[in-house]
Formats: sequence, structure tokens, C-alpha cells
Amino acid sequence: MSLDKATVARIATLARIKVPEADREAVGRELNKILDWVEQLSEIDTEGVAPMTSVEHLTLPMRTDAVTDGDRADEILRNAPGAAHGFFTVPKVVE
Amino acid sequence: MTVLTDLTLTTAREGLRRKEFSAVELAEAHIAAVEAARPLNAFITETPEKALGEAYRSDEKLARGEGGPLEGLPIAIKDLFCVKDVLTTAGSHILDGFKPPYESTITSKLWQAGAVCLGKLNMDEFAMGSSNMTSYYGAVHNPWTRQGDNRPLVPGGSSGGSAAAVAARIALAATGTDTGGSIRQPAGFCGIVGVKPTYGRCSRWGVVAFASSLDQAGPMTRSVRDAALMLKIMCGHDPKDSTSAPMDVPDFEAALTGDVRGLRIGIPKEYRVDGMPAEIDALWQQGIDWLKSAGAVPVEISLPMTKYALPTYYIIAPAEASANLARYDGVRFGLRVPGDTLGEMYENTRAEGFGAEVKRRVLIGTYVLSAGYYDAYYLKAQRLRTLIARDFDAAFEKVDAILTPTAPSAAFALGEKMDDPLAMYLNDVFTVPVNLAGLPGMSVPAGLSADGLPLGLQVIGRAFDEATMLRVGGVLETAANFTARPKSDFGKGAA
Repeated sequence: MSLDKATVARIATLARIKVPEADREAVGRELNKILDWVEQLSEIDTEGVAPMTSVEHLTLPMRTDAVTDGDRADEILRNAPGAAHGFFTVPKVVE
Repeated sequence: MTVLTDLTLTTAREGLRRKEFSAVELAEAHIAAVEAARPLNAFITETPEKALGEAYRSDEKLARGEGGPLEGLPIAIKDLFCVKDVLTTAGSHILDGFKPPYESTITSKLWQAGAVCLGKLNMDEFAMGSSNMTSYYGAVHNPWTRQGDNRPLVPGGSSGGSAAAVAARIALAATGTDTGGSIRQPAGFCGIVGVKPTYGRCSRWGVVAFASSLDQAGPMTRSVRDAALMLKIMCGHDPKDSTSAPMDVPDFEAALTGDVRGLRIGIPKEYRVDGMPAEIDALWQQGIDWLKSAGAVPVEISLPMTKYALPTYYIIAPAEASANLARYDGVRFGLRVPGDTLGEMYENTRAEGFGAEVKRRVLIGTYVLSAGYYDAYYLKAQRLRTLIARDFDAAFEKVDAILTPTAPSAAFALGEKMDDPLAMYLNDVFTVPVNLAGLPGMSVPAGLSADGLPLGLQVIGRAFDEATMLRVGGVLETAANFTARPKSDFGKGAA
């Protein structure tokens, strides 16, 4: 499996990172080197081995479904690059 | 006269109790050292006023016979931990100006115990790196240099600022985080002690996330006893982190009995990797001999999946990172680079805000999770992770702890290994398997390379058995009697 320019463009869009057309080939080459290297995992037969999602053998704890925090809009908005009237602001999304 | 910056947590604690000096004097000495050490670039943010205010309050408490186990002791915090109202950057441009309105659980516990905050330490961007070269705030210089060679060396990474600060004696101790070796490798490169606890021991709440199934915080100190002291404070169940283990925290200092008689120490044959320098092999053998003469029993073990740990890690960690780093979108905090549409604003912000290594990992992570490739890469890596963990389970049926080198080399020069990400990744060949299996691991300074650089040995423990690991580490520390000092050493007192 190998990354061409079109695939680089597709994953860059999925990752929401602008990768200019001129850089796509070089980025693809770089990522291919890593993908070629991880390819060695196919040497091992993992048929029937359960995938590990966590090293812990615990079930996630349950808690009461209750509000424990909140009403801190000002504190939260203090770090926003754009805020108005108690909300975050973004470029216009609806014409 | 006592040089205050040359103490350890435990000896400074004693000095404060005996009123040989005050917490303010201790803080002032460290603040002066932090300033003098600026050429190392270990700090991103210095907080001298905060430190003095806290030290003043510590003196008041100590005068009343009160105070916690770290009362009045100046430490520094890796810039991955949120400290309320103090700039927290994760070493990234994308968190420009971010001052968290809350405090991480770990730092809350440290302040609660009386520790004094000197500031926030430099690190690889989002903890992705093994040299501290990926920080937006520039490289950190290792306080050590090679004999007869003044070229600056890397401190290792990603907790490079933490390791440099503790080794140069500008902080008594520091926090670090370890996702694939980020505490142990820099501790090894800078000649200090670094502990990565069992996954689940330390709360991740308020720590900027890199790879959530692997990240663990831990202490970086100048002695094993200090590490035990600080670790006890950092550990403990936290309902705010659902993966935090609801388990009691033992008294780790009490575990340092110095008695390893009869303990079985595993020596994994697969860790004798090709091209490893002979002096590292020799140091490893020396470590085995030290433990043997202390009464421990070395046992050869096999961890057959070792060679697959790094490629497994470089699928799992980027996959988790690509999800965790989705939150940096220029809307809620940090940098925003304008665009004509919302989508363009996201793409511009992330293109400018992330450095090259972070982008590389986010793109790889996105790819291995994308439709059509998920099974071939991500699921495959998760299955390999099971096999890697099983290797350790089998080994720990036969042994009580495992001894390995910390890293396959000593510190390298600034700029080396930068053109080839794979060469950089190999730094973590001995540390990454421990994270994948969720086990505790520590690095202890054990000797010097031929050109005068520190080399570390790694002790790996059973899950939640940091106590035995620290006991073995303590015996290695005593046997190694590592007294060498770096060239940039701010523990010699005022010039």
C-alpha cells in the first residue's frame, strides 16, 4: 500500500490540515517510509488474537447521571480567539 | 555551607524541618539558578513571583509545625500539565496564549503537598519526540557535553526540559510524562532518575493528551528516594479520569529496604539489539553483576515480540493522537489563522499551528484509522499489542523485575537524526514495549560513556508493583554510586 498525491490530499482534508499541492508528493514519500516500516507487522499471524484497547482489565466505572460542574461560560470563553455575547465566534457558515 | 540548589527533595525537607534555611531562601536560590541557566532553554514560562508567594506561605506553615510532605520544596512542571492561570503550551504554537481556568489533578496534589512552582518546562511538541527538537519554543541543551567537545547535545525527550532542569540543579525535581519513553530516555540522557508508573496509577485529568491508552505522568528526580517520595503524592484514584485505578497507594519510600536477596531479575535476550554500542552492553552486564552480588538471581527471559513493539507503537500512538488533537481547531483556545470559510480556518490554523512531526503523526494516524485501512493497520497493531503484553505476562511468571538498558545510545548532538524520523524513533526501542503493556518502568543513572556522558539502566516492574521496581532501582543506585556532575551545574553555589 502506498500513498499517492490524491491520497495525501484526502487524508489532509480528513485531518483538517492544509497541505499545499506542491508539498503533497514529498509528504507522501515521508509517510510511505513509515508505512513501509510498519509493514513488518504482517510477518506475525494474529488470527484469533483479541485486539487490545486498554491494558486495564477493569470495566469503566459508572456514576450518577447528574450535573456536577458548569455555569462557567466566562472562564471558558476567556481563552477563545473570538467570542461575542457569551458564544464562540467562527467565520460565517450560512449564507 | 549548604548549597541549597544541590540538595535533594528529602535532604531539603530535612533542612527545612531543622530550620537550617527557610523555604523563601530555598526558592530564591532556585530562582537565581533558573535565571542563570537560561542558555539551556529548559523553561517555557518562569513563575518566580508565584514561587516566592508559595514559599512565604510554606514558611508560615512550617513555623506553625504544619505543612505537607513536600512543603516549601521548589519543583518545576512539564508544560503538558494544566496549571491554573499559567500559560500552558504543550510546546506547541497552536496553544498560543492558553491559560487554563483549571488545575490538573497531579499538580493539585503536588501543591496540596506543599511544593513550590518554579515554572513550566520545555518539551517536544505535544510530547512527540525523543530530543526536545520539535518544541515550538526551541531546543533544550543537555547540561552535559562530551569530554573535549563543546557541541550542545540534546537532553532527550519529550520531557527534555524536565530532565535538563533537574540534572543542572535548577529544580529539586520535575514532573514528566511518558507515552513511549518520554520520562525514562531523557532521564537516562541527563543522568537522573525517572519513573513511569503503571498505567492508571496517575490521573491524566488536566494533562494535555497525546495517546490516551499510553500516557502516564511520573516524577523526575536526583535520587530514587526522591522519586519514591514524589510518586506517592502523584499517584491515587481520581474519579475525573475513568482509567485511573481505584487502588491503594503503598508507601514507596518504605519499599527502599536495599534488600533484593532472592529476587529474580529477568534479562530479556531480545534486547541485545544489532548495532548497540559495546559500552551499553557492558553497563548492562555491570548492572546484572551488581544485582547478583546483592543477592538477586538473574534469569534469562524471552520477549519474542520485542522487535514489533516500535512499529505497533507508531500505529497506535499516532491513531490516538489524531483523535486527541482534533480539538485544536482555532475556535475555543489558542491560535486562529483566518480563512474564508470555517473549513479553511480549521485547515489554515492546523497547518500553521502544528509543527512537522505533529503533522506527520496526525496524518499517519488519520490514514491508519480511515475506511479501508483500519483493519490492516490499526486493528493489526491492537492485536500485536495483545501479543506484546502476553510476552510480559509470561515473563513475570518467572521473574520479579526486568533489567535492560534505558536507551541504545547516550545523548546525541543537536540536529542529529533529524532527517530520518525512523532513526529518531529507535531511541525508544527499550522503553516503548513497557507503555504498550502498561507496566511501570524507571531509569537509574548507572555510569558514564567513554566520552563522559551519562548512561541509564531501566528496571521494569509488574503492573502496580512499583515498590519492587523502586527497591531494585535503589540497589542499582547504591551500587553505581553515580556522582558525576554535568558541565552546566548550578548546584555549586553562587559564583
